[in-house]
Amino acid sequence: MAGERTASRLEAAFRRGRPALVAYLMAGYPDRTTSLRALARAADAGADVIELGVPYGDPLADGPVIADAAQVARRAPGGFGLAETIDLAREFISGRGDDCPPLVLMTYLNPLMSMGLPRAADLMREAGVAGVIVPDMPPEAARPWRAVAGGLDTVFLLAPTSTDERVRVVADASAGFVYCVSTTGVTGERETLADAGRRLVERVRAATTLPVAIGFGIGTPEQAAEAARIADGVIVGSAIVRRQHDPSVVGDFVRSLARAVHESGRGSAG
Amino acid sequence: MSGSLLPSAEEAYASPDAQGFFGPYGGTFVPETVVPALEELAHAFDEALGDPAFDAELGALLADYVGRPSPLYRADRLAEAVGLGTVWLKREDLNHTGAHKINNTLGQCLLAKRMGKRRVIAETGAGQHGVATATTAALMGLECAIFMGTEDIRRQALNVYKMRLLGAEVVPVADGTGTLADAVTAALRHWVERVEDTFYVLGSAVGPHPYPTIVRHFQKVIGEEALSQLREKGARMPDAVVACVGGGSNAIGIFYPFLRDVPADERPLLIGAEAAGLGLETDKHGAALTKGRPGVLHGFYSYLLQDEAGNPKEAYSISAGLDYPGVGPEHSYLKDAGLVRYEAVTDREALDAFALLARTEGIIPAIESAHALAMLPRLAAELGPDASVLVNVSGRGDKDMDIVREAGLGA
Repeated sequence: MAGERTASRLEAAFRRGRPALVAYLMAGYPDRTTSLRALARAADAGADVIELGVPYGDPLADGPVIADAAQVARRAPGGFGLAETIDLAREFISGRGDDCPPLVLMTYLNPLMSMGLPRAADLMREAGVAGVIVPDMPPEAARPWRAVAGGLDTVFLLAPTSTDERVRVVADASAGFVYCVSTTGVTGERETLADAGRRLVERVRAATTLPVAIGFGIGTPEQAAEAARIADGVIVGSAIVRRQHDPSVVGDFVRSLARAVHESGRGSAG
Repeated sequence: MSGSLLPSAEEAYASPDAQGFFGPYGGTFVPETVVPALEELAHAFDEALGDPAFDAELGALLADYVGRPSPLYRADRLAEAVGLGTVWLKREDLNHTGAHKINNTLGQCLLAKRMGKRRVIAETGAGQHGVATATTAALMGLECAIFMGTEDIRRQALNVYKMRLLGAEVVPVADGTGTLADAVTAALRHWVERVEDTFYVLGSAVGPHPYPTIVRHFQKVIGEEALSQLREKGARMPDAVVACVGGGSNAIGIFYPFLRDVPADERPLLIGAEAAGLGLETDKHGAALTKGRPGVLHGFYSYLLQDEAGNPKEAYSISAGLDYPGVGPEHSYLKDAGLVRYEAVTDREALDAFALLARTEGIIPAIESAHALAMLPRLAAELGPDASVLVNVSGRGDKDMDIVREAGLGA
């Protein structure tokens, strides 16, 4: 990857002169059909990137809303896991053709290892997936994955607790964008956007030219707007998954988030 | 190294490497939020190892508070009953709080104090680690919260009561099966949120680096004492050393000095006894090394009970301390290297061993420890009637009275 770097599809989604909305949905929740319809509504409503969660039985970094949704999806007839999620992604991406926001899979490491890293990467590429987020895979542990992940952006996470040294290591390792966790803690909506998140974004910006997105704890259009004033992208998860049983409600909610993010961003006031 | 195919102690214990890998096992597979906390912990641990004052403080507490050294007892009536020449019992059940767990909680809580943390959390299955952590926190004036599955809270009511008496908050975990694995997840998730003021006292030789190394360090006193006690008694090197393996802390504690300090050609057979539960042919067991395959859980790579999609599977054992779907990464390495043999023991075999020790020696072991004792008849058949076997009695059985009564023992 030496030499001139060209922006990937994923990176480009953050480079449209306004902040991007990243909408997280849980694959297979509450069932396959509903999750597919919710994906379509989120894309129609203006999500610039879609983060698709892989149901997993021990989601260390997730709060109760996402953890519970994962349990429901996993216990569906036949079980919903990484293979089913990639299949869902393939159907969604191929169904939309050119009108499809880049799709990033969020999975824990063990489902990838269990499938086999090369096979997982192959299937994702074939499905048209743009990248992956693996919260329990720090850059130091990522070498085997990166060896097979060509063409897929691997997005790494940073947290307010991260030292400056970690910020450098993680920012260097990331592709597509850098994912800033706004608070120490698991995913879930919070009352206010922590100052810690703001300071983290500033530190990350100083360390990379990649887009910087902020997530965890953002649950309302107002909070999304506030986050959009400091970051290139705003990630909303639990608040969407909480509404995911009704795709039309997801559509309305994502539209309000997208409007808040797109209109209040750093680029908008000139 | 002459004439032996086994790795030398030096070869075996170049592990772990700087990233915490024992061969391919171990490592640090955690959310970024806790990476700095683990780095800080590794640094504090290294510093403590180089500080004689730390050793002195821990040594004094182990002697005067825990009651170490724990005795090495020759159990002649038990030996006769199982058909062995000699059975040595390492009596960790006589430690304060009734198990080996206190060795580790004292060490880790001293580390917590060095690091300026005022609050500790821990997970617990059988309750032994929870009681040991709550005890140590009380001793050192640390705030304490213990995460425990709701099913284990039901099975171990007495230990829950003790933890509360000791001033700890017991946090019920209703996720999953409400057992140890769920308590570990909940504790890790909580730690992610409170990492700045909270020290996670991990209870077994599992978890992300540097925990497996830290726990081994604080538990190796078991094997070091056993070796010197055998020498003091003029006893020959035993033919086998047995310990139960859930996460594997008491086992690594007794094995490690035998691997490190005893030349390969004199080294006893080392045997870890896993939980076969209702049988290895069923889904109801906790035998990660015997029936699992490698994967990542709770921040480390090791043998793991998992389904085809890579989700951790529920483990089962009559003993709350052994129903964990993973196992310490060093054990995975020792298994693959052929340095330790791992076998599985059913609930029934463990209960029989439990009853046998009670009736031949007047010692009521933890059901966890009874899994190790259940290996004795097998070893008698394998090694013959003159063989000498050392068993780590990792804890006492008071906490298990309801379970053995329900199982009909002593009726």
